[in-house]
Amino acid sequence: MSQISVTRATLLKDLRMEWRSKDAINSMLFFSLLVVVIFSFAFNPTAEESRQIAGGLIWVAFLFAAVVALNQTWARELRNQVLDAYRVSPAPPNALFLAKVLGNFLFVVILEALMAPLFVVFYQLRSVGPVWQLVVVALLGTWALVVNGTFFAALSIRTRSREIMLPLILFPISIPALLAMVDSTTTILTGDGTPGFWLKMLVVYDVVFTLVCLLLFETVLNAE
Amino acid sequence: MKPLSIAFVVFTLALLGFSTYQALVVAPTEQTMGEVQRIFYYHVPSAWVAGLCFAVNFLASVVYLWKRSLDADALAAASAEVGVVFCTIVLITGPIWARPVWGIWWTWDARLTTTLVLWLIYVSYLVLRKFASGGQTQTLAAALAIFGFVDVPIVYMSIRWFRTQHPSPVMGGGENSGLDPTMLHAFFWNLLAFTFVGICFIVARYRLQLMENKVEAAHAQLALQGGAQ
Amino acid sequence: MTESGQSSDRPVIVLQNLVKFFGRFAALRDITDSFAAGRLYVVVGDNGAGKSTLLRVVAGLMQPSQGSVTLLGSQNVRDVAHRIGYMGHAPLLYDELDGMENLRYFAGLYGLSDDSVCRDAMRQVGLDPELERRVGQYSQGMRQRLSLARAVLHNPELILLDEPFSNVDVHSARDMATVLGRVRDQGKTIFVVTHQAPLMEPVADEFVRMAAGQIVARESMKRSATVIGVATGGAR
Repeated sequence: MSQISVTRATLLKDLRMEWRSKDAINSMLFFSLLVVVIFSFAFNPTAEESRQIAGGLIWVAFLFAAVVALNQTWARELRNQVLDAYRVSPAPPNALFLAKVLGNFLFVVILEALMAPLFVVFYQLRSVGPVWQLVVVALLGTWALVVNGTFFAALSIRTRSREIMLPLILFPISIPALLAMVDSTTTILTGDGTPGFWLKMLVVYDVVFTLVCLLLFETVLNAE
Repeated sequence: MKPLSIAFVVFTLALLGFSTYQALVVAPTEQTMGEVQRIFYYHVPSAWVAGLCFAVNFLASVVYLWKRSLDADALAAASAEVGVVFCTIVLITGPIWARPVWGIWWTWDARLTTTLVLWLIYVSYLVLRKFASGGQTQTLAAALAIFGFVDVPIVYMSIRWFRTQHPSPVMGGGENSGLDPTMLHAFFWNLLAFTFVGICFIVARYRLQLMENKVEAAHAQLALQGGAQ
Repeated sequence: MTESGQSSDRPVIVLQNLVKFFGRFAALRDITDSFAAGRLYVVVGDNGAGKSTLLRVVAGLMQPSQGSVTLLGSQNVRDVAHRIGYMGHAPLLYDELDGMENLRYFAGLYGLSDDSVCRDAMRQVGLDPELERRVGQYSQGMRQRLSLARAVLHNPELILLDEPFSNVDVHSARDMATVLGRVRDQGKTIFVVTHQAPLMEPVADEFVRMAAGQIVARESMKRSATVIGVATGGAR
């Protein structure tokens, strides 16, 4: 049972289960829509202003949607204590972690793909800079949120007040990534300069924290 | 308390007294900012001590994960708490300094913002320690400590870059440049004194934690032999 | 009061000064004992005696606070994980998947990609592999049977079961006990923690009694057959 085959098997199992229950998907979709609408009521900018603030708004909205999704991740494994079955098996813990991260990543990217057009409509957004750069920022930034988020969700699920614990420990550590996402999005939308540094920083952030997560996951999984 | 500890504390108090005298009396008044500038002698050393505490927290956490030593974990807990206290001092003295001088309470300047993020990270660490249950607390906290510490340079770099893109007044800008030699003098005395104060607090808190651990271990031993729980 | 009469095989489990604390509570208090291969051990005792804790420590789900566990000759449980099967108090199954899907996934964790292994395991415990019902809709008896199938899927040498008969109808329970006897006959070692000792009497080799975190008695079935009043050997 290689790392890759276990990761793939776990990812497919999670996707299949998600598809069958449709619990998380439906509530997440609706929640994301709500967030976009409420933000539109709260901030009603002109087309010019919207390019300045959209970066921040969009990412805050994505952040909240992602946190709700992340909390569900491990809940499924704790029902029926089925995580014990994994831990007892010879399968490598990091394969489980990667499968969860990939699943979350897919899920949040889909959410973003659905929320983004709504933002464009409500804020009459038109990007001055190239859109493909926005996609790159979105992918790098989402990975940054999801990799740490999946790890911290595994941490916080063992604490009292688990729902509040995840955002509490995730947000401070994610601040540099958030800054990068927001500022680069704004830079691209307004066409004021290039997001080069931010993209490099996001790559560094992603690499560093993916490594740290992989290094520490087994320890955290087996902490009783 | 052992005589060595008492001597250390007395020495620290003396040092603090001397450095305070240096800061408030000996050092000359700054030309543009006036007396308020003296906060600098507390603001910057506190930041330095906070950084030191978090470095100790990181090392202690690594040692805990490596050796599973409860003593290392006790040191991690102690240094995080003291670090948060000194961080708070930085965050309070900053605005107190800024308001009379620049007319604003807060500016998102690189150093102050980094301190704020640091404060957030380590407060979240303390919350995790409080809310984790039972034997896992140490492991989970140690993991978070490593994440936090690894994040620090990244935080600083991103905020620095953000500031070069969107400049704003720098808190106490140039405090390390163009400092009158007597001011530098007072600054270093306070740096030293604050470091000693920090060490005193960490050691005290560490010892407290060690005692708590000992009590737990004694109870456990009792349970082991006793029979009835 | 340990019984001799073990086989000459190397012991499957060796516990050395095993201690487990939960805060101030000592769940396992300095246990030193060893267990031979190829026998079916039934672990009994009151609530809080430490039976489940012992099983979880042996399975590698918990680390001992002090002392050591040597499993199949190895001090590192991860090394022998593929030779151990564990059935927990909870079902350890995914409610949203059906029987075969569950088993296929777990088989994959052990490096088994052959469907026939899963089918055989289901049949062995009396379940129909063709059944596409989701596990969430199984009866308790079916769920426990499937959980047992999951535990023995990869043909482990050592099988640990924690309360496999809880809330299970008598018919299913007797079937499972029989299956366990058959598995033991193939040379495997089995540990069953249960409150329903009578169910296991037909197939048990030894009863291990725990109290207050220690092993206080071990009775080999064949020797004290007259005391319990049941025919020796496995009844089919």
